[in-house]
Amino acid sequence: MNKKIIATTSLAGCFGCHMSILDIDERILDLIELVEFDKSPIDDIKKFTQPVDIGIIEGGCCNSENIETLKYFRENCNILVSLGECAIMGGLPALRNGIPIEECLREAYLDGPTVQLNTEQIIPAHEELPMILDKVYPCHEIVKIDYFLPGCPPRADLIWNALYALITGNKMELPYEVIKFD
Amino acid sequence: MPENNQISEILKKFNNDRSRLMDILLEIQEKQNFVNEEDIKFLSEKLGVSGGEINETLSFYHFFSDKELGKYNIYLNDSITANMKGRTEVKKAFEEACATPIGNVSEDKQFGLFSTSCIGMNDQEPAAIINNKIFTQLTPYRVRQLVKGMRDGKPIEDLMYENFGDGNNADPDVKAMVFNNIRRKSIILKNDYEPYTFLKGKIRDYSPEQVIKVIEDSNLRGRGGAGFPTGLKWRFGSRTDGAHRVIICNADEGEPGTFKDRVLLTQYPEMVFEGMVIAAFATGADIGLLYLRYEYKYLLKFLNRKLKEMQEQNLLGNNISGIRDFNFSIRIQLGAGAYVCGEESALIESLEGKRGEPRDKPPFPVEKGYLGYPTIINNVETLATAVKIMHHGANWYANFGTKDSLGTKLLSISGDCKLPGIYEVEWGISIKEVLEMCGAEDAQAIQVGGPSGMLIGMKDFDNLDKTTLMRWYKPSGMMVAERFFDRRLSYSDLPTGGSIIIFNNQRDLLGDVVLNFMDFFIEESCGSCSTCRNLPVLMKMKLEKILAGNGVKKDIEDLLSWGKTLKASRCGLGQTAGNPILSSIFNFRHLYERHVQSLKEFDNGFDLEKAVEPYMDFVHRKPMFHHF
Repeated sequence: MNKKIIATTSLAGCFGCHMSILDIDERILDLIELVEFDKSPIDDIKKFTQPVDIGIIEGGCCNSENIETLKYFRENCNILVSLGECAIMGGLPALRNGIPIEECLREAYLDGPTVQLNTEQIIPAHEELPMILDKVYPCHEIVKIDYFLPGCPPRADLIWNALYALITGNKMELPYEVIKFD
Repeated sequence: MPENNQISEILKKFNNDRSRLMDILLEIQEKQNFVNEEDIKFLSEKLGVSGGEINETLSFYHFFSDKELGKYNIYLNDSITANMKGRTEVKKAFEEACATPIGNVSEDKQFGLFSTSCIGMNDQEPAAIINNKIFTQLTPYRVRQLVKGMRDGKPIEDLMYENFGDGNNADPDVKAMVFNNIRRKSIILKNDYEPYTFLKGKIRDYSPEQVIKVIEDSNLRGRGGAGFPTGLKWRFGSRTDGAHRVIICNADEGEPGTFKDRVLLTQYPEMVFEGMVIAAFATGADIGLLYLRYEYKYLLKFLNRKLKEMQEQNLLGNNISGIRDFNFSIRIQLGAGAYVCGEESALIESLEGKRGEPRDKPPFPVEKGYLGYPTIINNVETLATAVKIMHHGANWYANFGTKDSLGTKLLSISGDCKLPGIYEVEWGISIKEVLEMCGAEDAQAIQVGGPSGMLIGMKDFDNLDKTTLMRWYKPSGMMVAERFFDRRLSYSDLPTGGSIIIFNNQRDLLGDVVLNFMDFFIEESCGSCSTCRNLPVLMKMKLEKILAGNGVKKDIEDLLSWGKTLKASRCGLGQTAGNPILSSIFNFRHLYERHVQSLKEFDNGFDLEKAVEPYMDFVHRKPMFHHF
């Protein structure tokens, strides 16, 4: 069997979901028998080098760079998986969704109690920085997502079982115990 | 806790009875224009329940407020028919004249201006309730006049320059500018009714069992929409043991487009009350309640007068009509604005002073209803019809209607037709005939049975097996397309609670009608089931996305599949909340397909340039887009 090609990324996430991928412990040895990683923070490949079978997305979209990356993934991946609360629902970053962006930036850079060194009152706006979105979007509101694996983070067993099924083409076995929403 | 004399007085009047919380809150609201936190604390102490429990009820109903309202409070109906008859301009005129956007109280506290769900005036829209008085057929000019009058401090009665409406609308205890608009009379509305003749005479020749038998033989079915056999309901109720039995007349007519009960209560209240007493006689009930929707409060004084007259004639009270131990009295309970209270178990909750959340069934109300007593709940029209049947007999009744739907039905017809109003027709009439009857010429679609058509649904009897129950469960809220205009109104074809709204060819069915109906369900959900709380919102968003041109084929499939999920809701409101979309997909699929993009598989309408705009504006950055 040819190895399946996998790519992963973390958008507006905390890398916790990636940590959970590593949490599959010794099964990672089985995994590298089955798959090859393309673009991913795990191997630090920045650009896709080949068509990818399964793309795994952690985090939602909070800025234009997230959108760009997500669309780049969609174009290059056959199957796209939203991994974890932030990718599926926006998660913690989406707490800002009820607050106008001006207020968020003011609090973060000007008025917040821990802001002391910003004497020039600068709000970052350099043209090379990503543009911040009006709110945090879950991935499926931007591109078509094929599978959703919930959890914060999703358990390693959930990731393993789901990936294993996708790779081998077997039925997904996701017993109640491995699906947790928090 | 400081003593609040005004509230103490009210509590005393209702014996500190927690189950009368609706009345208590209604009176407090009436007296001081709000029920605030202090009042809740006081009530909670006096009634011995938590403040949260008081607040639960208070926050549930539209017409209660925990903030001070205006001196004049204007509730402008927002039904689809109102929109069709120029509500937008009327709303604008109110907003300008009152100097407040709708949904607010003006700064000078003179005016509260609010939207409210259908107030049962669909044949005379746009209509509004101002300090409990109904104003119909409003125009921007009339609105400016009205508001000027209120600014000059005139009492609201003095601002009703128009003549009072026809019939009892002009009664000194009603004095409303509402019109009955009765356009067609048949066996129920015919002028041959002499109030209480059955009660005063013939009833003595019947045993309760015989009365139930006559109703059963007549095959009378509930006229609220679900069509449960009335005789069977009475029989079940009479069979269940209880210290008391209860007859409830459901006059919480909230289905948008329905106003027949309003006309019956205005013009034929004796018939309705006589029906209640007959039902009480048949079932051995001693407690009678009529649940009157708050929107019809203007009829309250008049109806109470009728009850008093009945008492004076020994038609209510003890040993009614000389029949030993036949004791029965009727109290009118006002609602406070909540569509879901038309659902019978929600109505009972409301009668007990709680939030109008439907109960789990079983037990059904006939087993365990109001305060735990066996309770029979009938629609206004059902009770009136029962009187006629008792007068003339079941055989006579079988001469009217069709085989499976005997008798007649009151239709509330509104929308794009020359003669909106009340029509009493025999069951079996086709949509085509209905359209001709009311002078509708270029009808594009007919909404039969209101947005849901089926608030009171699959319920009623535990004793019946599931398949029998399923037979009663037939969501009738149906947007009917022209190719179906030969279909007939009957329980086997197009069942209806009587609401018929007509849309002509100029109407935007999806953009105006369906979205308006969805708003109605979103507003009126009690919030108990997550299906009904969430899905209608999502379905509406999906429809908006389709209308915005971002739809794909799968969106239509999603809508259909979510509609199925809605069926998991506890009551008819939730189960049918998707019907405006489902039935319009079913009958007008081309309207959806016209909007969806055939080549795209996915489109959520995300617009990056728009999404970064607030940030870019704030930091004065020039947008620079690579095209990815």
